[in-house]
Amino acid sequence: MSIEAIYIIITGALVAASSALLGSFLVLRRMAMLGDAISHAVLPGIVVAFLVSGERESIILLIGAAASGLLATFLIELLYRKARLQEDASIGISFTWLFAIGVLLISSYTGQVDLDQECVLYGEIAYVPLDLINIGTYQLPRPMLIAAALFIFSLLYIIISFKGLKLLSFNEDYAKSLGVRTQLWHFSFMAMVSLITVLAFEIVGAILIVALLVVPAATAYLWSQSLKPMLILAVILGVIASLGGYYMAVAINGSIAGAMVTVAGLLMMISLLLRKLLKKP
Amino acid sequence: MLQISNWWIGDSSLWLVAGGTLLLSISAAVVGGFTFLQKRSLVGDAVAHSILPGVGIAFLIRGEKDPWFLLMGALLSGWLSLLLMDYLNKATKLSKDTAIATVLSVFFGLGILIITYIQQLNTGHQSGLDEFLFGQAAAMQQEDLIIYGTLAVFLILVVILFFKEFKLLSFNPEFAQSIGLPLRFLKVLLNSLMVLAIALGIQAVGVVLMAALLITPSAAARNFTESLKSMLWISVLVASLSALLGTFISFSAPSMPTGPWIVVCLSVIALLSLFFAPGKGLLARMVLQKRHQRKITDENALKALYHLGEHKSALAGWYRQAEVEEIRDFEAGVIPAAFKRLIRKGHLLRRGDRYQFSRAGLDEARRIVRLHRLWEMYLNQRLRLKADHIHPNAETMEHIISPEIEAQLLEELDYPEKDPHQSPIPYRS
Repeated sequence: MSIEAIYIIITGALVAASSALLGSFLVLRRMAMLGDAISHAVLPGIVVAFLVSGERESIILLIGAAASGLLATFLIELLYRKARLQEDASIGISFTWLFAIGVLLISSYTGQVDLDQECVLYGEIAYVPLDLINIGTYQLPRPMLIAAALFIFSLLYIIISFKGLKLLSFNEDYAKSLGVRTQLWHFSFMAMVSLITVLAFEIVGAILIVALLVVPAATAYLWSQSLKPMLILAVILGVIASLGGYYMAVAINGSIAGAMVTVAGLLMMISLLLRKLLKKP
Repeated sequence: MLQISNWWIGDSSLWLVAGGTLLLSISAAVVGGFTFLQKRSLVGDAVAHSILPGVGIAFLIRGEKDPWFLLMGALLSGWLSLLLMDYLNKATKLSKDTAIATVLSVFFGLGILIITYIQQLNTGHQSGLDEFLFGQAAAMQQEDLIIYGTLAVFLILVVILFFKEFKLLSFNPEFAQSIGLPLRFLKVLLNSLMVLAIALGIQAVGVVLMAALLITPSAAARNFTESLKSMLWISVLVASLSALLGTFISFSAPSMPTGPWIVVCLSVIALLSLFFAPGKGLLARMVLQKRHQRKITDENALKALYHLGEHKSALAGWYRQAEVEEIRDFEAGVIPAAFKRLIRKGHLLRRGDRYQFSRAGLDEARRIVRLHRLWEMYLNQRLRLKADHIHPNAETMEHIISPEIEAQLLEELDYPEKDPHQSPIPYRS
C-alpha cells in the first residue's frame, strides 16, 4: 500500500468516524434532514467568506459557513413557527434557496473563486496527499491533520456532553423538568453539525457528508439496544466504509467520496438482509 | 452579416430554452401541489437525488445520450427510491426522516460514483451528463424540447383528468376509500406522475435544486387562496414567471446557470408571499395581532376606569391615571398610551391630568362590563360553575362576545340585574 493511499484512507476514516459520532444523535433526534439542509445551506457562506478573505483555509471561512448554517436554521424556524409553513416545505425552500445563491455566487466570480460546482458535490479527497505541510521534520497532509483535529474535537464533545445529548435525544421533556439546559445542548449540537459540514466540505463534498452523518449511524441503530454500543458500531461502520470506498474507487477509477457512500449503503443493505434472515424487526 | 446571424441564433435558442423551462416548471408545479399538500417535499427532494444513478446506468448500458433511455433509467431509480424509503420507514425502526436522508444520500453517492466512472471512460459522448447535477437548460436542443414538452403537457392533462380523485386522496384518503375510489391505483399514479415530473424537471434545474421546482410554487400560492384549484393556478403563474425571469437573467449575463436563477426567483416570490401576503402573510398576521392586543388593552383601560367610577359612586367623575393604575395591575406605560388612543377615539375627555368618560366612552365601558358580568352569570347559572371560578374566563370572553351572542345571552338569562358577585349589570342609559 502506498503512503498516498494510507493518507487518503486515514483522512476518510477520521471524517467518517467524527460524522458517525455526531450523526448518531441526528438519527436518534429525527433530525437527519435538518443535517442535509445545513450541509447545502453553508455554501453561500463559504463562497462569501472566500471572496472576502481570498484564502481557502482560514478561520473566516469557518465563520462564514457557520453564519450561513445558522441563517438556514433561523430561516427554517421562522418559516415553520412564524409564517406557519409546514416543516418539510420550510426545510425544502430554505436550503434550495441558499444553495442556489451559493451556486450563482460561484458562477459569477468564476475567476476569483478557486471552487467549482463539482468540488462542492464530490469534494477532493483524492488530492489529500498533495497538500503537504511541514510538522517538525515530518511532511504530513494538511487535510489529514484537520480531520484528526476534527475527530479529537468531536470525541471530546461527545464525551463531555454525553449525558446532556442522551437526555435530549430520548426524553427532552424529562430533561427540561430536571433543569437541564436543553437549548444550550441543542445549539451546541447544531454548531458541531455545522462545523463538521464545513470541515468535511473540501474532503468529501457538501452533500456526501450527509451520507457519512446518517448512513453508518442508521445502520448501527438497527443493531443496537443502547447508546454506547451504537456509537462504537457507527464509528466502526464509518471506518469500514472509508477503507472499502477507497479500494472500490481505485478499482473502477471513480470518485472516492462517492464510493465511500456506496459502501456505507451496501453495509446498510447487508444489515437489512441479515436482520430479515434472522427474522428480527 | 455573421454577427447578425449569430445574434439571431442566440435569440432563437433563448426562446427555445425559455419555452422548455416554462413547460417543465409548470408540470412540476402542478404535480408538486399535491406533493406539498401531502407534506412530502423532502420525499420529492430524495427522489430527485435518487434519479442520478438511474441516469448513469442507463447511459452505461446504451453508450450514448438517448433521451428516452435516460428517462426510463430515471423513472426506474426514482420509483425504486420511493419503495425503499417506504420499506425503511415501515419495516425497520428507522424514522421517516432517517429513511429519507439515507436513501437520498446513498443513491446520490452511487450516482456520483457512476458519473465519475463514466467521465474517465472518455467515450466522448458523455458530455453534459454531469449537467444533470445543476440542470442543462441552456444546452436544450429542439429534439429535447419536443420530447420533454410533450411529456410535460401529458402530465398536466393527466392531473386535470384525475383532479377530483387526487384532491380527495390528498385531503381525505379515508373518505376517498369509503366512496369506493381505487386508492392504491391513485397513489401509484400520483407517485408515478411525481417521479416523471422530477425526471423532466431536472433537465431545467438539476437534481440538487429540483425540490424547489416541485414545492416552492405551492408555498408561494398557499397564502393567497383557500381552494386547491386556485392554489394550483397561482402556483402555475408563479412557476411560469420564475422560469421566464430565470431564463432571461441567465441569458443576459455570461456563464450564468439557468437552474439556480429559476430557483432564486421562485424562492424570492415565495418568501415575499409568506411574509407580506395580505391576510395570511406573516406581516399581516402580526399587524392583526398587534391591533387585537391594543383593542384588548383599551377595553381593559375603559373597564378599569368604570370600576373606579363604581367604587367612588361617580361614573362621570374626573380621575387621574395613577388612580386607574391602582384598580388594575397594568404594566408601566400601558395606561398613558391607551388613554392617548382613547382620547383620539373620542372615548375619553381630558382636563389637566384628569380624565372623564365621554358619552360614547361610557357606553363602550358599560358594554364591556356588561359582557363580563353576563358571561359570569351564564357560567354560574347555566354551567353551574362556582362564583369564585368564573372571573378569569370572563376576562377573556368579554373581548370576544359578538352582539348576536350578547342578544342570545340576554334572552337566555332573561335580562338579569346583578351578576353572581352581586355587582349590577349596566345597561345602555
